[in-house]
Amino acid sequence: MSRFKTKKGKGAKAINTSSLPDIIFMLLFFFMVTTVMREVSLKVKLKLPQATEVQKLEKKSLVSYIYIGPPVKSNLYGTNSRIQLNDTFANVDDIQEFVTKERADREEADKKFITTSLKVDGLTKMGIVTDVKQELRKAGALKINYSTRKGRDK
Amino acid sequence: MAKRAAPEINAGSMADIAFLLLIFFLVTTTMDVDTGITRKLPPPVEDNVDDIVVKDRNVLKVLINSHDRLLVDSKPGDISQLKQKAIDFMSIHPGDESYPEYKLKFIEELGMERQMSQGIISLKNDRGTSYEMYIKVQNELASAFNEMKDELSMELFGLKYSQLIDDKKIKGINKAIPVRISEAEPEDIGGN
Repeated sequence: MSRFKTKKGKGAKAINTSSLPDIIFMLLFFFMVTTVMREVSLKVKLKLPQATEVQKLEKKSLVSYIYIGPPVKSNLYGTNSRIQLNDTFANVDDIQEFVTKERADREEADKKFITTSLKVDGLTKMGIVTDVKQELRKAGALKINYSTRKGRDK
Repeated sequence: MAKRAAPEINAGSMADIAFLLLIFFLVTTTMDVDTGITRKLPPPVEDNVDDIVVKDRNVLKVLINSHDRLLVDSKPGDISQLKQKAIDFMSIHPGDESYPEYKLKFIEELGMERQMSQGIISLKNDRGTSYEMYIKVQNELASAFNEMKDELSMELFGLKYSQLIDDKKIKGINKAIPVRISEAEPEDIGGN
């Protein structure tokens, strides 16, 4: 029985944790590769409508976003849908300038591939969306994408 | 000289540092893939251009009023039947005067001639229409066109449109079945 006796008396051996950083780094790299940096902090509530016939938006660097929805701070800004460009609320008139700016940020060869993604809350009325679309047409940003969640409606 | 062993670096806090970085990235990044319905807006119209006259039989009018009700082809319609109606409208009906005209067109990518419907689906909405309803209608119409593409693709290549890999085939199908949805210039159509 001496085999068992030898183990007695010794304290629990410390677990070797030297590979723990490696595991965490692996996780870190996974998240770094699969995710994208958040670009703006949303000031409007967005509950995107659902659709089934959706396409993926490719090349995120070539997408500029326009957010439309009721403001988060409804006690400050009311409940009517507002347009958000970058980090601030904007008016319909600001859209052409926004498009020009977005275009100036891209490389010459990429300019015609810029897609404007409209992220619009489902309860928004079409009036404001139509106005935005008209402005986009005037600005020459003709490729648009109605952002939706994938899923069955009804 | 006695060889001195290099002192071991304490790596115990390495995990903490990595954790910190990990949490930073978890908070600042998003994972969701952007999906949506892609459409092309028509270029702005110049004032001096006359309206292009399109024959009545070639247009399927879809109206959405401010109460999110549908008017399809001047009859009250339901969203569930819109897809079937669109497919029916865009298909070729030889000799039927009530359906759109069609033209024979040679499609280079497919190396074949095909009857192309001249029909256009005209979508019109009120300023008071909800965006959700608008997207539903857009989705139904998109799904109608996708189904027609699938059908043609199945017939020609035995594969669904989404499974096609060859660029030439995809282009050919897209040419054979163009997405003919026109959005009218905005105006108030009101409605009760």
